[in-house]
Amino acid sequence: MVERLNPIVDGITKAFQLIFSGDPTVYGIAYRSLFFSGTAAVLAILWGTPIAMLLSLKDFPGKSLVKGFFTSLIGMPTVALGLILFLLFSKDGPLGFLQLLYTPGGVILGEAILVTPLIISIAVNAIESVDHEIMNLAETLGASESQAYIAVLKEAANGVIFSGLACFNRAFAELGVALIVGGSIVARVGGTDVLTTDISMYIARGNFSMAIALAMILLVIVFGINLIILIAKNPKAIITWGKMPQ
Amino acid sequence: MKAWQTILIAAVVATMVVIAGTIAYVDLNARTTLRISTTTSLFDTGLLDAVKAEYEASHQVTLQIVEQGTGLALASASAGDADVVLVHSPSQEYPYLANGTLVCRKIIAWNYFAIIGPASDPAKITGENATQALQSIVAYGGNQTLGTIVWVSRNDGSGTFTKEQSLWKAAGYNWTQVSGEPWYAYTGTGMADTLNVAYQKNAYILSDLGTYLALFRAGTISSKALISGGKSLLNVYSAYAVNPQKISSAKFDQAITFIEWLISPTGQNVISTFGEANYSQSLFYGAVQALKDNAPQPDVSWIQDYAFFNGTECPVQYQANQTQLYQ
Repeated sequence: MVERLNPIVDGITKAFQLIFSGDPTVYGIAYRSLFFSGTAAVLAILWGTPIAMLLSLKDFPGKSLVKGFFTSLIGMPTVALGLILFLLFSKDGPLGFLQLLYTPGGVILGEAILVTPLIISIAVNAIESVDHEIMNLAETLGASESQAYIAVLKEAANGVIFSGLACFNRAFAELGVALIVGGSIVARVGGTDVLTTDISMYIARGNFSMAIALAMILLVIVFGINLIILIAKNPKAIITWGKMPQ
Repeated sequence: MKAWQTILIAAVVATMVVIAGTIAYVDLNARTTLRISTTTSLFDTGLLDAVKAEYEASHQVTLQIVEQGTGLALASASAGDADVVLVHSPSQEYPYLANGTLVCRKIIAWNYFAIIGPASDPAKITGENATQALQSIVAYGGNQTLGTIVWVSRNDGSGTFTKEQSLWKAAGYNWTQVSGEPWYAYTGTGMADTLNVAYQKNAYILSDLGTYLALFRAGTISSKALISGGKSLLNVYSAYAVNPQKISSAKFDQAITFIEWLISPTGQNVISTFGEANYSQSLFYGAVQALKDNAPQPDVSWIQDYAFFNGTECPVQYQANQTQLYQ
């Protein structure tokens, strides 16, 4: 058993060396991951928020059905979406002319699509929790309908930002879309490998120290963001963490 | 007896039966499973599916096939995770023979690597040999706009990747330098995935002919095999048993039985005819009879030059007394 343990200890030691020596490969991959999922989250906010506003402020037939549809899409398995996008983006596929398969743009778009249901659902809840009186108030004060929408959105801004963070986290930590749509191509220009796909690649190549180093960075960022979301939702929680439950 | 007592006893008995059954089942499986670590090309083409079906039909054993690159397949063998390895990179294989991890090497098959590229062949490599082709590709890559991928590599420690490196070297390039060019990309994964990337990117790639044909016939890719054949693209597949004196968990007897079957007329026939139905050509040539006959030439001489160790298929000190394999 001792022989089996050594590679683990060895891998972790080397992983720390890679992280603290500022290894350019490790950080290059981390930056690319941050960039892809950050852009994806921003895109999703840009097109998700207006949809969420319509869903929460407008009344139309089948509204709850549409909401339910988006909510159920949150659980979309990433490999299934990856497969769908692969077929669409493939050179011989219907959207092949866009040349998005195995490109950074393809990964960003794919992840933005992946997290859109998440952003819509969270943002709908945030907007609906804002008192509708604000809209009425704004309108009685002479605001136009769009100005009233903006007033509501301002109140719900925190919720929308948190939904953005949650989306970033989902995009950052997922493997299926990045691997299938991006192909995890390592290239000096236009590479599509990210933390999750490289972890899988380095395991396949038996390079466990790289895999462990990348996994540690992935975990630190994901946990860090979840912590921020948790604290932001309930700042008092920090004070009570150390105490025994009553 | 009260009802709850009956239920309790029934539950306990049922649990014990399930546990005992599971243990017996797992144990039975463990005794009859042969773990084979293999290169991706033998698996992605479907050859090992055919081998598995034939072998399991006539033997009381389950073949558990793990598809890896040659590098990782060899590493798994020394980690004790395999009983048999099927690989195709003689220079990578030899150290494992020399350090005692593997024994009883048999060359089971050969075929040729191919340089695959877009049907339009923008670098104009058709008709050239492998060395000239790589030079043309480098020249073509240098003229492309930044971000255009011209060559896709596996770079996964596989036998195909080792071959690619030796081809770059033979063409007069330093691989480290070439791989730093902006038109050079790699996936770090298996052959089929990488071929697909190359096809989508209109790029050139080194592949074994078998995996390429499997994807081409399936309609997944429409790239062309522009160059194939010749000594520099020779691809030799070998089988090894894991040495039980080094890895105590290795199932040596079963491994030898499997290798004996692979080199038997039945096994060789499965290898040589594989693909005829689906690809209207065979993807692998059985090597056993060819080496005995010393024909066809020049293929057999190339195999001897490229894949023999000290002038033989397997030096006698690594034969583990299994002389029946070498008659």
